[in-house]
Parts: sequence; structure tokens; C-alpha cells
Amino acid sequence: MNFKTLILASATSLLLAGTAMAQTAIKIGVLNDRSGVYADLSGEGSVIAARMAVEDFDAAGKGITVEIISADHQNKPDIASNIARQWYDQDGVDLIVDVPTSSAAFAVNEITREKNKIFMNSGAGSADLTGAQCSPNTVHWTYDTWALAHGTGSAMVAEGNSKWFFITADYAFGQALEKDTTAVVEAAGGEVLGAVRHPFPGTDFSSYLLQAQASGAQVIGLANAGGDTVNTIKQASEFGITQAGQALAGLLIFITDIHALGLETAQGLVLTESFYWDLNDETRAWSERFAAENDGKKPTMVHAGVYASVLHYLKAVEATGGKETEALMASMKSTPTSDPLFGEGMIREDGRKVHDMYLFQVKSPAESTGAWDYYNLLATIPAAEAFRPLEDGGCAFLAE
Amino acid sequence: MFELLGIPPQALFGQLLLGLINGSFYALLSLGLAVIFGLLNIINFSHGAQYMMGAFVAWMLLTYTGINYWWALLIVPLVVGATGVVIERLMISRLYHLDHLYGLLLTFGLALIIQGLFRNQYGVSGLPYSIPAELSGGTNLGFMFLPNYRGWVIVASVVVCFATWFAIEKTRLGAYLRAATENPTLVGAFGINVPRMITLTYGFGVALAALAGVLAAPIYSVNPNMGADLIIVVFAVVVIGGMGSILGAILTGFGLGIVEGLTRVFYPEGSAVVIFVIMAIVLLVKPAGLFGRTQ
Repeated sequence: MNFKTLILASATSLLLAGTAMAQTAIKIGVLNDRSGVYADLSGEGSVIAARMAVEDFDAAGKGITVEIISADHQNKPDIASNIARQWYDQDGVDLIVDVPTSSAAFAVNEITREKNKIFMNSGAGSADLTGAQCSPNTVHWTYDTWALAHGTGSAMVAEGNSKWFFITADYAFGQALEKDTTAVVEAAGGEVLGAVRHPFPGTDFSSYLLQAQASGAQVIGLANAGGDTVNTIKQASEFGITQAGQALAGLLIFITDIHALGLETAQGLVLTESFYWDLNDETRAWSERFAAENDGKKPTMVHAGVYASVLHYLKAVEATGGKETEALMASMKSTPTSDPLFGEGMIREDGRKVHDMYLFQVKSPAESTGAWDYYNLLATIPAAEAFRPLEDGGCAFLAE
Repeated sequence: MFELLGIPPQALFGQLLLGLINGSFYALLSLGLAVIFGLLNIINFSHGAQYMMGAFVAWMLLTYTGINYWWALLIVPLVVGATGVVIERLMISRLYHLDHLYGLLLTFGLALIIQGLFRNQYGVSGLPYSIPAELSGGTNLGFMFLPNYRGWVIVASVVVCFATWFAIEKTRLGAYLRAATENPTLVGAFGINVPRMITLTYGFGVALAALAGVLAAPIYSVNPNMGADLIIVVFAVVVIGGMGSILGAILTGFGLGIVEGLTRVFYPEGSAVVIFVIMAIVLLVKPAGLFGRTQ
């Protein structure tokens, strides 16, 4: 390479860099479980969902270049916080999405606030993310323990199942779910006879099930998630718990769990979700595109939440013309949300995304037309009632 | 009616029995580990992955070829054991003259690769495998409802453990094996093919893990992480029992299953660590393990 070509090359690259700078460059980090119990309900599917949001928004056509990176937090808060720090400090990440496992989500929540970036959570459950631990930098999109407890809990108590026993995963999420459901049950005049907290993740739940059986409760509330819930339900059927008349209330069940259980074991379960692929034409169309990229597996509500939250974020980037955190958060909260998966909704001041929730019942094998045709819709819980009222959350930064 | 620490005795019997069922898996797995360590001096870290493979091969046989559970009990240990033989011939046999650490690293690496491959192919949510019709349902024992399948697991595990112990401690073949570990050169001089014997021993240990995998398939979800969750506990069992002690592995396996079961009643939050607490105490008091001999 002679001197003249070198000059030319440098000039060209400078020119290219110049045009790139005129655009907004966004870097999104999808942080979730890619190998453990929550990998199927979040994992690579969330990366696919984020990528679909970028394509559907036509970010490139609007002068926004988006790069998506991902990492495995192994459901451990310490690993999650290390990755989040590195992403914000060294890799120039602007937005972290997903983050299932509440304890890991709390860690990312803190760091995001400290670094003044944005965190849009889809995978985690604890309602404290927009309550005691709320942050002006966090949006909690898909569901939370309050909504699940009220959806499934109220429905079960209304049917006359007033005596409860909990099998709880012993970490932030499980405890929050147990606490929230206990409040619902007691408010409705029910009674909680006891609870057993199991190490997370677990394999054998028969011992806890026997304790639940001995308690004489009408309902066994499963305050756990993913593979733990699958194993608990499977073993409850094996030990004749459900046949003997006790009902199971799966407080957080994803469609991937039903897929793993099979309808024979799972039929009749009542559960609350904010998304199901077979709700309407738009969800069906989107889910079909998603499944084509995800080995034929339909999306969970967590995947849907990642898609919708990235879409809403990109709208704010377009509206504000930059990526300044305060402006983006203000824009996201002042603009109503609208997407094909959750319909119309809004983000409250405390960061809570508000939309309808749905009460489903799992179909029997005879009712189902095939793989992934799993739910009957029992009731739609309107957005206004689905989530904890703003004033009850105790979110501190709102008072400032 | 009297109560023991707030637990009615009937509930306690139930929990003891459940502990025994979990102990069956600990015993089968730690037995395989103990056989391999005792005769090959290899710490087989891929044991959990091989247990998982056992469950998966059973699932594949049923799903792709329609071969049922009973045939799987026979075929799966042979198939997975054969992969063990290949691994021993191609890789592990090159490490016998090196430190234990190399064998550990190799088998640990293999475990990660095997788990990764299965995770990539089948995801982590798990696959359904039904209890065979002959063993579905359960028996009411008065103090608890015992699913027939779990009863079968205890029986099968006790029989296999006893047969293995008997074969190694009481038969001529077992005597050759034990002699070969003491002094391979001398045993070789008597015209016995020592390398082949060692290869088959590794294959047998792996087959035991695969058998445990088939037994586990109908009750735990068949997923790529099922072995990784269990293997650390099983290593603790082997350490407590005494490295390489066959009888130690079996008795400690059942015993710790019961201890863990009781912890689940009295202090469930501690059930994940109780075995490691016991391991620490045993190591302090009796470093060679409960049934081990100091060399």
C-alpha cells in the first residue's frame, strides 16, 4: 500500500465514521438465563424477540443503528451484576432487557440506577421492582407477583377454596409471590395453614407435597417457577395429591412448562398470564414468525414482553432523537404503549407497565388440537384491576 | 398420639421412606463412582452427564422407536456403557500415568460438552416420560400413599447395589479386579488382560449411571441439567462414604437420602446444604471417610 492509497483510505474511513455519528447508535443487552431452569422461557428466544422488534420498527431506515448482545446470568445475582457493570462501563450498553430471576433483577436494577442507564424487565416477577425497590430508570413490563397472586389467587378463593398451603422457592421471587398471594387469600376471607420453603432449584418435591397433604389444605399454592413447578406438578400427580381432592394453584406457569408437562398431567390447571400466542390474529401472526426462528417453539409471555419493550424504547429514541436517559424515560412514560402483542397500555410513573392480564385454564388432551394448543381463556382481568394500585406500592422516588 | 418434635410419627415414616427413595439414586450413582475410582483411580466427573444420557436414551427409544421402559432398562445401560468404553479407550486410558487432576479435568470437560450438546438439541424445560402402565398407581400404606413406581425404584436399586457388591467382593472376577488395582503388572504376568478388564470396569460404572437415569426418567423431568444438579451431592456421598469403598458408597447413599429427607421436614431451607455440612464434619473427624481406609 503506497502513501496515496493510505491517505485515501483514512479519508474514506473518516467520512464513513462521520455519517455513522450523525445517526443514533444503540446497544441493547439481553441478559437472562441461557442454560438453566429459565432458559426456555427466556434465553435465546428473548434475543430473537428483541431482534424482531428492531426489524419491525425498521430502525435502520429511521437512522438508528441497533446492536444486540446477550449473556447468561445463570440466575445468580452476583454474575448478573458483574455483567451489567461491564456492559455499562466498558461495552457501551444503553439498555438491558429481560433479566428473569428476581434476585438477579434487583442487582441489575441497582446498577442501572447508579450508572443512569435504562432497564426494561420482562422475565422477573417480584412486584417490589416497582414497589419498595423502585427506580426511575426501570420499567417492569410483562407481569409481577401481585398480578399473578390476584389473578389466580382470587379465582381460586372465589370457587370456595379458602384453605391454602404454599410450596415456595426460597429466594426473592418465591417469597414475594407467597406474600402477595397470602394477602389476597386472607383479604378474601381465606386462611393460610402453612408453607414450606425449598432450596432453588430443586429436584424432588415429594417431601414438601406430603407436608402439604398433611396440612389438610384445599389448595396447594406453588410459589415457584420453571422446572421446579414442572417437577412439583408431576410429582403431585404421582403421589395422588390431586386425585385425593387437593387443588394445585400454579402461581407462575409459562406455556413452556405446560409443554414439558404434557396435557395429561397439566390439564385443568388455572393460571394467569399476560400473553398467549392464540389470543387474536395479531398475536398468532407474530408468534408464527417467532416460532419459525425458534425451532418451532411458540413464544412465552416473557419473549412477548421483550419484543414489546424494545419496540416502545425504540419509539422513544425516535421521538427524542437521542439516547439521553431522562428524556427517554419521560417519553416512554408519557406516550401510551401500543403493540400487536399487548395491545394498548401505558407505563406508570413507578415504572409499572399496565395492560390486561388473562386467566387461563389448561385444556384436556381431548380439547387440544395439537402441540401448543393448550389454553382456554376463562377471564380477562382489565388493566385497571390487574396491577397493584400506584399508591399501595410504597415507591420512594415518587415522593421526592 | 405422641408427636416427635411436632411431627406426627405417621408423617415421619412417610418422610423416611421418601428419603430412602432419594437415597436409592444416591446409592446407585455413588456406587458407579466408587467402582470407577476404586479400580481406575479416575474421578469420573462426567458421571452426572452419563446419568442424564441414560434418561435421554430411554426417552429416545420410546419416542423414535417405540421401545418401552422394560427393554430400555436393559438396552440403555448397554448403549451408554458402550460410549463409556469408547471414551475410556480413546481418552482416559492415556491419563493413567498422570496425576488424578488430569482425569478429573478431562471428564469434567466431557460432561460440559455432553450437557451442552443435549441442551442445544432439546432445551432445558424437560421432556415427558410416562411411568410404565404396570407400575402406575400406588398403594396406601396407612401412613402415606406410596406410588408403585417409587417402591420399584427402591427394590431395583437395592438389588443392583447388592449384586455389584457381591460381584466385586465375593467372586473370582471381582478378586482379579481388586488384585489388578493393587498390582497390575503382577496380575498381567498371570496372563490376565488388565487393560481390557479396566476398560470394561469403566463401561460398567457408566452403565450403572445410565441405569439410574432410566429409573429417574419417569419421576424427574428428563432434561440436560438433571445430572449436573445431582452429581455434586453424589460426590459428597462418595467422600463421606470413603473414596473407592463399595459398601461405603451404598450405605452412605441410602443413609444420606434419609438424613436429607428429615431435613426437609424440620428445616427445609437447609436441605440443600445438610449433606455438605456432614461432609465437612466427616472430613475433619475421619478424613478417609466413614468406610475408607487410610493408605
